[in-house]
Amino acid sequence: MDLSIAALLTQDGITNGAIYALLALALVLVFAVTRIIWVPSGEFVAYGTLTLAGMQLGKPPGTVSLLVGMAIVAGLLEVYVCIRRGEIARAPRRLLLWTGVPCVIAALVWWSAPLNLPFPVQVALTLAAVAALGPLLYRIAYQPIAEASVLVLLIVSVAVHFTLTGLGLWFFGAEGSRTPAFASASFQLGNVNVNVQSLLVVGTSAALIGVLYVFFGRTLYGKALRATAVNRVGARLVGISPSFAGTLAFAVAALMCAFCGVLIGPITTIYYDSGFLVSLKGFVGAIIGGLVSYPLAAAGALLVGLLESFSSFWASAFKEVIVFTLIIPVLLWRSLTTHHHEEDE
Amino acid sequence: MTRSRAAHALLVVALAAAPFIVPQFWITLGNYIGLYSIVTLGLVLLTGVAGQTSFGQAAFVGLGAYTTAYLTTRFGASPWLALAVGMAITLAVALMLGFITLRMKGHYLPLATIAWGMSLYFLFGNLDFLGGHTGMTGIPALNLFGFELRDERRYFYLIWAIALAALWATDNLLDSRPGRAIRALRGSLAMAEAFGVNGARLKIIVFIYAALLACVSGWLYAHLQRFVNPTPFYINQGIEYLFMAVVGGAGNVWGAVIGATVITLLKEMLQDLLPSVLGRSGNFEIVVFGILMIALLQFAREGIGAWLARILPARRPQPVPEAPPLATRERVEMNGPLLDVKRARKQFDGLVAVSDLSFEIRPREILGLIGPNGAGKSTTFALISGALSLSSGEVMFRGEPIGNLEPYEIARRGVGRTFQHVKLIAQMSVLDNVALGAYLRGEAGVIRAALRLDRAEEARTRAAAAHAIACTGLAAHMFDAAGSLPLGKQRIAEIARALAADPVLLLLDEPAAGLRYREKQELAQLLRSLKQQGMTILLVEHDMDFVMGITDRLVVMDFGEKLAEGDPAEIQRNPVVLEAYLGGV
Amino acid sequence: MLRCIKAIAFGLVASVALPNAANADINIGVTLSATGPAASLGIPERNTIELLPTTVAGQKINWIVLDDASDTTKAVTNIRKLIAEDKVDVVVGSTITPNSLAMIDVAADSETPMISMAASARIVDPSNPKTRWVFKTPQNDALMADAIAVHMKANGVKTLGYIGFNDAYGDGWLAEIKRSAQTAGIKVIAEEKYNRSDASVTGQVLKLVAANPDAILIGAAGTPGATPQKELVGRNYKGKIYQTHGVANPDFLRVVGKDGNGTLLPIGPMLVFEQLPDSNPIKKVSAEYITAYEAKYGKGSRTTFGGHAYDAYLLIAQAVPEALKKAKPGTKEFHAALRDALEKSNVIGTHGVFVMGPQEHNGLDNRARVMIKIDNGQWVLAK
Repeated sequence: MDLSIAALLTQDGITNGAIYALLALALVLVFAVTRIIWVPSGEFVAYGTLTLAGMQLGKPPGTVSLLVGMAIVAGLLEVYVCIRRGEIARAPRRLLLWTGVPCVIAALVWWSAPLNLPFPVQVALTLAAVAALGPLLYRIAYQPIAEASVLVLLIVSVAVHFTLTGLGLWFFGAEGSRTPAFASASFQLGNVNVNVQSLLVVGTSAALIGVLYVFFGRTLYGKALRATAVNRVGARLVGISPSFAGTLAFAVAALMCAFCGVLIGPITTIYYDSGFLVSLKGFVGAIIGGLVSYPLAAAGALLVGLLESFSSFWASAFKEVIVFTLIIPVLLWRSLTTHHHEEDE
Repeated sequence: MTRSRAAHALLVVALAAAPFIVPQFWITLGNYIGLYSIVTLGLVLLTGVAGQTSFGQAAFVGLGAYTTAYLTTRFGASPWLALAVGMAITLAVALMLGFITLRMKGHYLPLATIAWGMSLYFLFGNLDFLGGHTGMTGIPALNLFGFELRDERRYFYLIWAIALAALWATDNLLDSRPGRAIRALRGSLAMAEAFGVNGARLKIIVFIYAALLACVSGWLYAHLQRFVNPTPFYINQGIEYLFMAVVGGAGNVWGAVIGATVITLLKEMLQDLLPSVLGRSGNFEIVVFGILMIALLQFAREGIGAWLARILPARRPQPVPEAPPLATRERVEMNGPLLDVKRARKQFDGLVAVSDLSFEIRPREILGLIGPNGAGKSTTFALISGALSLSSGEVMFRGEPIGNLEPYEIARRGVGRTFQHVKLIAQMSVLDNVALGAYLRGEAGVIRAALRLDRAEEARTRAAAAHAIACTGLAAHMFDAAGSLPLGKQRIAEIARALAADPVLLLLDEPAAGLRYREKQELAQLLRSLKQQGMTILLVEHDMDFVMGITDRLVVMDFGEKLAEGDPAEIQRNPVVLEAYLGGV
Repeated sequence: MLRCIKAIAFGLVASVALPNAANADINIGVTLSATGPAASLGIPERNTIELLPTTVAGQKINWIVLDDASDTTKAVTNIRKLIAEDKVDVVVGSTITPNSLAMIDVAADSETPMISMAASARIVDPSNPKTRWVFKTPQNDALMADAIAVHMKANGVKTLGYIGFNDAYGDGWLAEIKRSAQTAGIKVIAEEKYNRSDASVTGQVLKLVAANPDAILIGAAGTPGATPQKELVGRNYKGKIYQTHGVANPDFLRVVGKDGNGTLLPIGPMLVFEQLPDSNPIKKVSAEYITAYEAKYGKGSRTTFGGHAYDAYLLIAQAVPEALKKAKPGTKEFHAALRDALEKSNVIGTHGVFVMGPQEHNGLDNRARVMIKIDNGQWVLAK
């Protein structure tokens, strides 16, 4: 292997690593606020790409029906809760928020799909639609059991993953899609051909790391959100609403994943089931960051990307074996150097 | 007990009769349910009870299946020999993997299990001698005493005989000395280690146990289907086993069977019913399955097993048998102090928490250690109990230095303790919690326990625990879940547990904290009666009324140093103490 | 809780009672991979089954279709269910080789004929008491690999590189192409593997390009086959690129775009039936099938996988009248008679002409393959 090949592999590793890093960041975000290990994050990425691809083809994507369906269920749940609490007056507003807004977004997407609107508008609509799925998912599947153990929340996440994957197959078919690039330019760096889309992916990851790190580590609002994961009752007593925190976390994470999907659509083909392995690798990164630290999570994801790239070159048949075996010592090292206190069940 | 015995007998009869009565396909499903139950049982123990989440059980199933496939097809070996070899290989691999991954705590462990699960899967698929991704055909059928187990109905008996044996063994295991320790692995490890449990070793043992069960299931699978390829051992299946464990109720061995049954039957039913409802067969099964699982977990968070346990009438607890007492510690009359702290010092980098502290505790006295917050009382306590190591100085117990021993070694020498925040295992009965205190007085290991050869020792241990409970006045609550007691009684239960270890010295860490007046009185009475029976007690406390009324002598600390020492009356008059702690003159 | 038990019991009883086919009906059980990694192969098969007629030779046919999610255990469970519960007379399936291999024992033990839609010759060869019950409709990989080797040799290719799926499909193709290449005197100088869902194959492609073989074969199915192709074209690889029949579907064309121009692949003739000479008997059969398929699923939606399912139907349709002479549907004798009739098949299918025999349970020859080329987003017969 010579220098130019090493350079190309490094570039590939960094680009893939940046994709996994975006997912790792979303995973850390969701865990830090809700203690949920968000396995379906990959599905949101796939939905982002495939929704945009659907709009590109002029057909209303299946995401619309999912959005409407979940909006109705969430609305009904909210109304039921209002009635049980005897706060019927609040019901209409909650219904408007939980059912009205998503349905409006869905209607917009459905109406605009055949119109072939300009690319940025399509991207915006895709992001809105997929991001809206996040809070709805939280409301329906997680909020009622928000106090359950991490294991149960994980199993629910797995169930959600199965559901979204199955729905993805129905909506988008078994075959994959690519989407147009934001920028199809590319330039030479030495003798390596760098394309701008990859740079965008890396740049977005880097920017998000910075933003999330500052927000959750330094601002009061961010700390408040983190507090709800540590002690729900305490948080409520001081006026932080854990459900709002969860909803917000899911909205932001879904938006990040959807954006990731839109960014990587041009670089690679995305399938209805691409999400799982991508989110698994993001999960590795997140764990290396201890499910707490954004920069470390991104670094971990980057490590996975680079390992993958180089082992594809050296021994492509055993690429997965190499990547997953080499992760274990890293985990061991991280585990021994982290201060750990027992989680009381 | 007889009621559940009857239920078990009924189950066995039903299983024995099934192959003659039910339709063929039900036997097919029954076989798969049995196979999954065996794996899930290991997971119930590993994840449900011991709290180590593992996604990698499918890989061990694969090890069992591939070992027998390879040996029986390439070498014509006997399948039973292949089983033995498979279990040996699984043992070795589990030992190695467990050694590395079980050191990881928190969330690192599940990911590590995913990592080696994936590694093994791709290894299976890429090794040509294992048939690669296409698989190995022609695996022979099993031969048991001349009967060829080719027919599904005959295989049903084999699978369920093994499954029931595994259930019996695991149930025995949980209801025994190692079982109590395993229950403590999740969330109360520090406490258990103070009573002599070797947490790391036990975790690996449980891990190996689960891996061996998975290996047996894989061996059975290979000879049932007579074909193996890597896809059944992928991460998806590993996730599904975990699913079954959680849905079935991960706290109880029957949860494994319930979970395996529910998930398998649900999938079959969906496959049958959905096409007639939705008009076409296809991928809706997985969607509906996912939705049903989400809904199920919202209503039965602890699994179906736990929900059933709540509805069904509770089992009447077994009465504690009369049994000869466990060997007690030799009590040597000593001249000189029982505990002698000599210039003990603990430094954390720049901060000196305990500075050249010296005091002694005489036999049969109650000594109180008091002082303002941050005085170093808890640190001193930790130094004596072994939770922290000394920076310099010495702690002598019965003339022997115990300064840098592990907590369980100190416990073994006769020092019992309670904890500042009550550390009882909430779902276990008070009797079992107290019996955990007697861990070091027994020796039954995992194998003896699983085979139920430990009954004699177990009876004696339970009797000793019951005795300790009676001493502390909790006999009425003996069979209640420890978490259901009010705080005052929980603290007393902790003392009972410490007593079960047959200690000579009792270390009590703020036992009166959070208690009501009445409870404090009961506690004081208990301590006095213990002293009368010959116990020596060291008490760290903040409640002055309580302390002044119960102790023989006091040691007052401030800023890590001893401020004063003497009996309560003297201390109450001591101006330095008054200035520092009791409110000034 | 009692209600729960009743519901479950009802469900179980219903699932037993539902397929209450009258004895004179013929039950055909189908297990295919409509979900999971092989979905892009299984879905066209399922779509085809839904088009098939429900009577043959005056007998009513019940098609019972189950999904095995590309999983061997599920495939075995499905075939057991079809045989025990639905009392099928013949089983069609599964879509992929490992599933089919796992099903053989069950078919043989229950003496039910089975027609597989999977690629590997191992499913029917060598002929033994078990495989005598098993037939298959797709061309053996060996047949297709030979076509590629022959084409390569004729075009002066001396060295070959391979990149394929890290699963049974890719493994099978690798083994076959190595064999065929060796016979044709071509050296395989690089072998790489990748996963369907990999985001990039940069490492593998770099290694291939560095080895610089005269031609590269991509052993993939569905749109993931486009990933290495686009990468190769992007790295300015100038040699010939061959694909397998696994990518013969319209989505592949959509994803690969102009990077696909000039790609060569061997497939069953049905895909380009319009370009076949009228004298070719396969043309008429393919036309019937594809016209019906595209009428329901859209123009250009044809795939070779659907054809395998249709061919299975054609085989059955020809065998049923023969078997009916000997026994009634639903009986062991009928199954044996069906098997015998299948073994004597001489049927023109969409993929070729099936001439079966006691040692030949696939029955296809060189008429079952043509080399085609992608030209401007269209499949074109290559010369």
